[in-house]
Amino acid sequence: MSMLRDDAFLRVDGRKGIRNTVAVVYLVECAHHVAREIQLPFREADVHLIGFGGCYPNEYSFRMLKALCTHPNVGAVLLVSLGCEGFNRRGLLQAIRDSGRPADTLVIQETGGTRSTIEAGRRWVENTRRQLAATPRGPMEAGELIVGTICGGSDGTSGITANPGIGRAFDRLVADGATCIFEETGELIGCEQIMASRAVTPELGQVLLDSVAKAARYYTVLGHGSFAPGNADGGLTTQEEKSMGAYSKSGSSPISGLIKPGDVPRAGGLYLLDVVPDGDVRFGFPNINDNAEIAELIACGSHVTLFSTGRGSVVGSAISPVIKVCANPETYRNLRDDMDVDAGRILEGRGTLDEVGDDIHRLTLRVAAGERTASEALGHQEFVLGYKRFEPIGPVCHPAYA
Amino acid sequence: MFAIRLSPLDNIVILSRRVEAGMAIQVDGQTLTVTTPLGLGHKLAVRRIVAGEQIFKYGVPIGSATADIAPGEHVHLHNMQSDYLPTYTLDDARLFTTRRPGEESQ
Repeated sequence: MSMLRDDAFLRVDGRKGIRNTVAVVYLVECAHHVAREIQLPFREADVHLIGFGGCYPNEYSFRMLKALCTHPNVGAVLLVSLGCEGFNRRGLLQAIRDSGRPADTLVIQETGGTRSTIEAGRRWVENTRRQLAATPRGPMEAGELIVGTICGGSDGTSGITANPGIGRAFDRLVADGATCIFEETGELIGCEQIMASRAVTPELGQVLLDSVAKAARYYTVLGHGSFAPGNADGGLTTQEEKSMGAYSKSGSSPISGLIKPGDVPRAGGLYLLDVVPDGDVRFGFPNINDNAEIAELIACGSHVTLFSTGRGSVVGSAISPVIKVCANPETYRNLRDDMDVDAGRILEGRGTLDEVGDDIHRLTLRVAAGERTASEALGHQEFVLGYKRFEPIGPVCHPAYA
Repeated sequence: MFAIRLSPLDNIVILSRRVEAGMAIQVDGQTLTVTTPLGLGHKLAVRRIVAGEQIFKYGVPIGSATADIAPGEHVHLHNMQSDYLPTYTLDDARLFTTRRPGEESQ
């Protein structure tokens, strides 16, 4: 076991954080402005803004916010409610307090409106930050890490440099005993048979096949695959071409399970996150953009997200740091400040896939030990959460824990 | 080096540099003449591909040609298409079989 750090943030539930963030959470769009104003003076002091815009209640969004507010990188939570929205704010507050975190709710309609709620919120954040300075600290090993991966703004270089480079890093992390999560079943269309053959049980293999079949049906009804115009400008042509490149992020480890948003794997290994809703198509596209997927990876416990990009995404995320692995050497030169790893150097003969994999692996461990990523340093804290519907996973999905 | 062949099964190569029309590129001892200016990441045919033939990248099919393609020609959406999404139907029992363009789904 390799030691990551001796000062990880120890949570009451036994999980360990690599950041100690205060989350300010709006529970409907009507509370967004007030929550943002509360967070603004502290935005460079690990106080992050997340939330849910909808007024109508939804089991998935409740489960997501609960998972995010009790994520090991989060030390305390302030909920900001307008007062009349459908979100179950009492249930969420109770769940956060049960996790041992300082938490409170400000209801704008009961706090005298915008100005006085902002003032009360800022006072709460100041006091809570002083409390968080006393968070218990302790050792954390590489095997205790959860790492997610996503690709966004893919082009013809993504599948031959950054994605297989992340796959190499995933293999090394799984060997460390860590938990690695890859996702977007819609971007695995065409790879399902070879992926299913890597499942640790035949029953799990069937579950993996079914998840891709579900994604294919879902996207067919929507009349649109997981494919953006920029993908084609960058040389990609078809869903299956994009899929083959995306699939290589998973590396070559056996697949230990299939999880859904909010499920935290209970043993190390490689997991597929099924992001496509169950049942009839409703609420629109499975994920409206890359950050919706990053939020789901974090809700599954990801401490760090490895983000592969060819065209050049600049996003980061609230709660957990994002490491940008740039597939295209021209993009790397254009967007240098936004990128953490130059994987495209492989195309110019300045490195091998194994060297890039080692770079990503080492940087992941350094970021987990406290080093800031490019997007963190630039203040990126994107967050988005929409409506979805999922059935719970069954024991077949997580054989090691069945 | 201007192009990479990812698998010996592939009938295309991936450009690793930006190229201009008329440039001659060496791939596995073969010379390809580029017909249009292209950015890196795009695909060139390494041999003649006939309409309906599958395009191979990573040693696996990534779609099918919709027109005859000459060696050195750009392989992209104007001359190839997916074997997957456009031909899906909700109750398609053959969801994961690759299908030739124009073939009926039952």
